[in-house]
Amino acid sequence: MPTFSHFFETLLSSYPVFFEGLWLTIRVTAVSILIAVFIGLLFALFKISKVKVLNWIANVYIAVIRGTPLIVQIFIFYFGLTEFNIPKFWAASIGLALHNGAYIAEIFRGSIQSIDKGQMEAGRSLGMSHTLAMRRIILPQAFRRALPPLGNQFIIGLKDSSLAAFIALPELFSVATTQGARTFDEMTYLLIVAVYYLVLVLIFTLLVNLLEKRLSASD
Amino acid sequence: MAEKGEMIRVEKLNKSFGDLHVLKDIDMEVKESDVVVLIGASGSGKSTLLRCMNFLEIKNSGKVIIEGQTIEPNKDNLNKVRQKVGMVFQHFNLFPHKTVLNNVIEAPLQVKKMKRAQAEKEGRELLAKVGLADKADVYPNKLSGGQKQRVAIARSLAMKPEIMLFDEPTSALDPELVGEVLSTMKELAKEGMTMVVVTHEMGFAREVADWVVYMHDGKIVEKGKPADIFNDPKEQRTQDFLSSIL
Repeated sequence: MPTFSHFFETLLSSYPVFFEGLWLTIRVTAVSILIAVFIGLLFALFKISKVKVLNWIANVYIAVIRGTPLIVQIFIFYFGLTEFNIPKFWAASIGLALHNGAYIAEIFRGSIQSIDKGQMEAGRSLGMSHTLAMRRIILPQAFRRALPPLGNQFIIGLKDSSLAAFIALPELFSVATTQGARTFDEMTYLLIVAVYYLVLVLIFTLLVNLLEKRLSASD
Repeated sequence: MAEKGEMIRVEKLNKSFGDLHVLKDIDMEVKESDVVVLIGASGSGKSTLLRCMNFLEIKNSGKVIIEGQTIEPNKDNLNKVRQKVGMVFQHFNLFPHKTVLNNVIEAPLQVKKMKRAQAEKEGRELLAKVGLADKADVYPNKLSGGQKQRVAIARSLAMKPEIMLFDEPTSALDPELVGEVLSTMKELAKEGMTMVVVTHEMGFAREVADWVVYMHDGKIVEKGKPADIFNDPKEQRTQDFLSSIL
């Protein structure tokens, strides 16, 4: 184990080396989560749809994604997409988005179905179409209810982005292993990268809590 | 009665939930400005009948005719029909994520595409009418049950319906809050609104109804003027029901 002072000095002095990786991790996470929320919403709506084909598509998608390891999915995406000359950044982002999308779909489905049936009936009785009532009445309430599990999924997504290191995307974790191998000081760099992830997650948790508070004006 | 227009007519209406036959060959009509009160024990089908009138439940057979037009749920635009037929629910069903005023103006803005300034003006007038002008900017969770139901009535009125349906509007309220909702409904009746009301408030039925309809086991047993139904019911089952609750 490195001494504390050595760890602390390296943590401060290695900042320029980690900066690129940190920024890349934030970008991959942000892009993949944004896409994942859209995918999740779409497949949640598929899953509660009255159209059987859409239910079936959503069920297959969720079963396949949940039933296979993320690292396998990322590799399949990376090697599958090299034919199309897709940059690693996008291979990782899309892989992570499809993965998180399946879990977010289940989160949204649960929160939409937890909204009282009377809300849809009230909307329809005022002359709203099903789509309009869904958009204006159900989804805003469902989104609020989904926020805590959604925040949790975002944190998982952030940490899972470290798997992109295995397709040689130079994100945070990749920087740590590279530096470790270069200096033969692996443990120091692993501890440093753990601190980076921890701080990111804590900041993110704080943001989600703030958002929850702001949206709870009507509770 | 020829001068009064026909607002709702129901013919040979049947509705089942699975094996449960809830409405059996119901025939009924509601004329302009009539206040029709449906009474009967729980499970007699009165709420289902009401919900068939704005197509929250779709009949299995028979006809529902709104203002002379037979509505075919598969073909007709139910959203258009429902704009004419407002509904007030037992559990209010206010939109909890919107302020009171935004509850009221949501449908005028989104469905009728009314200008916001106009919608807000009309919305505030409606809130004043139900005695809640000062509550425009609070969220529903800050209101009592009676206030919530009055907001729900204002929300429904904002679409300028020609018919109002009330599904046990006071059943979820504490006893001391029932009066304020009933007096709002009385006022509406006085203004000539066509109303169909499912309720257990016999005082309201006696005082406000033009017609009282007693339902039992999915059928209309007796229909008459309130004085006749309450003082001199013709059918044995009506007598039994009334003596059990009065």
